[in-house]
Amino acid sequence: MNFLSENIYYIGAFSLIFIGLYILLVKKNLIKVIIGFSILDTGIYLFLITIGYIADGTAPIFSKSGLKADRMVDPVPQALVLTAIVIGVAVLALAVSLAVRLYGHYGTLNLRKIKEQRW
Amino acid sequence: MRKLIGIILLTIIAAGISLSLKEIPFGIPKTIIGNHFINKGIEETGAINIVTSVVVGYRSFDTLGEITVLFTAAIGLGALFSLYKNKKTVIYKEPASLIVYTGCRFLFPIIVLTGIYIIIHGHLTPGGGFQGGAIIASAFLLMYLGCTGKRINYKLSTIAEAVGGLTFITLGIVGLITGKDFLFNFISKGEPASLMSAGIIPLIYMAIGLKVGSELTGIIDNLIEKSQ
Repeated sequence: MNFLSENIYYIGAFSLIFIGLYILLVKKNLIKVIIGFSILDTGIYLFLITIGYIADGTAPIFSKSGLKADRMVDPVPQALVLTAIVIGVAVLALAVSLAVRLYGHYGTLNLRKIKEQRW
Repeated sequence: MRKLIGIILLTIIAAGISLSLKEIPFGIPKTIIGNHFINKGIEETGAINIVTSVVVGYRSFDTLGEITVLFTAAIGLGALFSLYKNKKTVIYKEPASLIVYTGCRFLFPIIVLTGIYIIIHGHLTPGGGFQGGAIIASAFLLMYLGCTGKRINYKLSTIAEAVGGLTFITLGIVGLITGKDFLFNFISKGEPASLMSAGIIPLIYMAIGLKVGSELTGIIDNLIEKSQ
């Protein structure tokens, strides 16, 4: 029980990552694969933020006096995730548009039925 | 069979990751560079929001690369749909009711104003160009959903995108000429925690906000109009 309460953030982040990976490996429908990709993305953001967390930390903004610098969380993972979220949205839009084109060409979203696809 | 292989693979990966994560306990300070940014960030960049000073101060060259990734994705999406011949199936669009239409027109300027506020105060409060740009794009998404039939002005959107990108690069080159590095902070840093502080950081964030907002709006426009 102690192990679970100490590592609950790691467990949550990696649950999302593994749910996403499982969907990528197993599902046949292209839309479901894209949703799995998005869940995998979310898990990675959560994991990066979790790595930078410091116990009882505050946000790294000196918005009022009296905030101590040694109790602030690590700003580097937050800066990485900030840009990664916007990039994730753009890549998701590109994937959805590819799915639209594939459906227009083959008439199906089932990855096993698309001829040139060998996975 | 595929499910079994998937579960076995994931179990192996999970075992490996849990072994390595045992060495990284949760909730203690880990990086030296993060401490340097927090202790010296205000002095070196002038922004009291340390995340901003990392994104457009210390790592602004990487941010330029990330903007380029976003730009490439938008171009790819536009190229995919520009070759797309849809079969001219006439979809009857029901016009929005008066309440929805009026509500959208009432909310649209307020959402855009919130986005601009978040972009301009990026170095003082949580927020910045990426978040504010996404909020502005959400205002245009509301317009597309609520006021059916209205579309953005293509020329204006292209100009906004080009101005955003060119401002970023021009600021970098001016820094190269006047200072010694690309994206050197050549304007005086001012007093911390005031609106006119942090040198070129607010200017870069405005350029990023312009670019992200117009690009996400273009993506929404392509997806809604061309894929029907």
